[in-house]
Formats: sequence, C-alpha cells, structure tokens
Amino acid sequence: MGIVTRGFGGRRPDPGRPLPPGQFLTQDFPVLSAGPTPDVEVDRWELVVTTEHGHVRRWSWGELMATPAEDVVTDIHCVTRWSKHDTRWRGVSVDVLLGDVETTGEFVLVHSYGGYTTNLPLADLLDGQAWIAFEYEGEPLEPVHGGPARLLVPHLYFWKSAKWVRGFEIHDVDEPGFWETYGYHGYGDPWLEQRYA
Amino acid sequence: MSASSQWHVATVVDAPRITRTARAVTLSVPGFSGALAGQHVDLRLTAADGYQAVRSYSLTAVGADERVDVLVDRVPGGEVSTYLVDDLRVGDQMEVRGPLGGYFVWRPDDAGAVLLVAGGSGLAPLLAMLRARRKIGSTAPFRLVYSVRTPDDVFFPDELDGGASDVEVALVFTRTTPARWPRPAARLGKDDLVAPGFDAADGPTVFVCGSTGFVETVAGLVTELGHDPARVRTERFGGA
Repeated sequence: MGIVTRGFGGRRPDPGRPLPPGQFLTQDFPVLSAGPTPDVEVDRWELVVTTEHGHVRRWSWGELMATPAEDVVTDIHCVTRWSKHDTRWRGVSVDVLLGDVETTGEFVLVHSYGGYTTNLPLADLLDGQAWIAFEYEGEPLEPVHGGPARLLVPHLYFWKSAKWVRGFEIHDVDEPGFWETYGYHGYGDPWLEQRYA
Repeated sequence: MSASSQWHVATVVDAPRITRTARAVTLSVPGFSGALAGQHVDLRLTAADGYQAVRSYSLTAVGADERVDVLVDRVPGGEVSTYLVDDLRVGDQMEVRGPLGGYFVWRPDDAGAVLLVAGGSGLAPLLAMLRARRKIGSTAPFRLVYSVRTPDDVFFPDELDGGASDVEVALVFTRTTPARWPRPAARLGKDDLVAPGFDAADGPTVFVCGSTGFVETVAGLVTELGHDPARVRTERFGGA
C-alpha cells in the first residue's frame, strides 16, 4: 500500500519473540465481556457435556477438583490485539473430561453461565490443547476473568476461551456462537489473523 | 473479503485537542461507509521502516460516509495513543478498517428507552449513539450518566449541556466538582443510576463503556438494581 504515517514509530516495544500479526504485548490482563460478570457459586456449578445423540455427562465442582489437573504456561492472544506471554494456569485437560464420552460429532458449541456461547471444532479441544482452568497465577480464577472456571484454548483467539464455562454441546454441524454471529471468525487462528468473518 | 475487512487509506482532516489529554480526530476515508452507532474501527499506523501498529477506536459519530471520527485519550506510555495525541498533524496518513462490531450497537429504528453510562473516554461510542439519535430525530428516551474525575475532563461539554436537548445528562464528578455543584465528588453509585423512565421496571437497554474497573462496577450495580443482565451491554477500553 505504501502509506507511511509521518512521525510514527519511535516507541515500539520489543516483544522478545514473535507475536501473531497485528498484536501488541501487554503486561496487564485486560477484560473483554459482552455483559455483566455472572455470579457463579461453586456449590451449584456443574459442567455438562451433551453429545449429538443427547447423551449427557456431568461434573460437579467437587468432581472437577478430584480430577487430576495440570499446570499450563502459555501465551494468550485477544482479538482486540493484546497478547500476553507466559501466563500461568492450572486446570483439567479436556482430554481427561471427554475421555469416556462416545461421539462422532466434530463440532462443539461451548456454553457459559450468563448466556455466552462460542463454537470450535472438537479436535481443537483435544490432544493437550484445551483445559478447564480454575487457577490463574497461583490464585483461584477471579470472576472477572471467568472464575470459578473458564475454558482455556490458547492456540485460538481468546474469545474462544469461554469464561464461566458450564458445558459443551457436541454437534455434527458447526453452529456459530455469540461473537461469531456478530461478524467474528468461525475459527479464529491468531497466526493467520482470522479476526473477522 | 467484505468492505469492512479491507484497509482504506485515511487522511487526517481535523484533530483539535479537546482536553489536556485527548484529541478528537477526523479522518477522510474514501470507501468507508455504513457505520452504526457503537461500532469501532481499526487504525493502522506504519513507520518509515515498515513497522506497523494497529489499535481499535470507537466511532464518535456515524452517518457521514467516507468520514471517520474518533476520540483518542492519551494512555501513559501508550505507543499509539501518545503519537496520536502529541504528534499527529492535519494531512498525515494512516489506514482504517471497519466499521467493526455488531453487538454494542444502537439501531435507529429502536424506539425503546436507553440508559447510557460512560466512564471517561468510554463516552466515545455512547456519543455516537446520542448524535445518531439527534440526527435522525428519534424520540427514543435516552439518559446519559457520565462519570469524570474533574470538570476539565468532560469531553464536548457544550454539546452535552442538556439545555437544548431532550436527553437528560447527569454528570458525576469523582475527584473535583464545579463550584456549587449539588452532588459531592464521589464514585458513581446506585443513586446515580436511578431515574424515572430508566429504571429496571422500564426495561431500558443499558450501554456501559469505560475502563474495566468502571464497567465491572457499573454492570454490577445495574444488575443489583434489577436490570436484566441480557439487556446490559458492555464495552471496555484497554490500555495502549
């Protein structure tokens, strides 16, 4: 295009290692939500997985806490252009949760307390790529960041990492979630800069 | 590729300073059209050596094609906002993509009541809604609650002065008030969010925009006041 913005360019930060295109590094943990933060009590919390055949598997908070968890250190990338290096989480791998769920469905619609939804291929939740995270930087996950538990899928833009997660619906067909119906990309790979549909 | 995902060349046509820390930037952008109040654009700046930075800014006015109005408040140390506030000149060029976003939006055919709650530069997308309402002659009931630190921090005070308008504007000062101001300086509270025609029972759509802390506080307060969380739409301004 050849456009140069006169006088711009003197203060660039050094990210240390490559960032996805169009992202900048932040030390903060900004928040993006479409509405109020829901109040989710762990006593009533549950995670519900529903397959394409209507089979249901549930986990209570106590059951989630009794499931082997992992420490995860990962970079995260928000579609609003901030990225954060080396964030530290603790959570249960989705591989463990879906291990005995029988399905041939290929797509998941993730549901959250408060009504948020987001969609992604089931394959992106498996093979060590996704967790139900309940700690951030060694502390219980704060409600504003999705606590008591959020989905963590760090290889996709962070709107896919649904806060206040309460369930997965497995489908044979891909159904758009909340932001996806408002013009955001169906898949959301930050390295391919899949921001908008 | 849709028109809103293409980059358009933009030229600065006006950039007055409106407070100690903020400027209202107007860009001429051939090919840009169709924005709704509440939507945002991406601005892309390119240095002489090819380095680029992109940031999102809410539109402060809509309805004029090929024109983009944004408000830029300086974030200390912010790579893009400090440039735009301190160095930008009329005639400078950058690129614009948009309009973007379809949820935090007021549509002109919506006749329902609207409660707008702004913290600081969070006024930007709400200002676009107020201006769109006025421009089309909508009679939808609107109320703006606008929280700022001091009288010097009010953006567009003449325009927001309720005298000539049927929109009630409630200014909330958190540090310093004007002389003889009836409300003492204090953080925004529930009392500031209550007004006939805009209470939970009236079912207004509530738009809240500001910093994360502001939005969390206000969204919590309106939910406690009984507003349906599904009618509360939030937008936050991150740093940089």
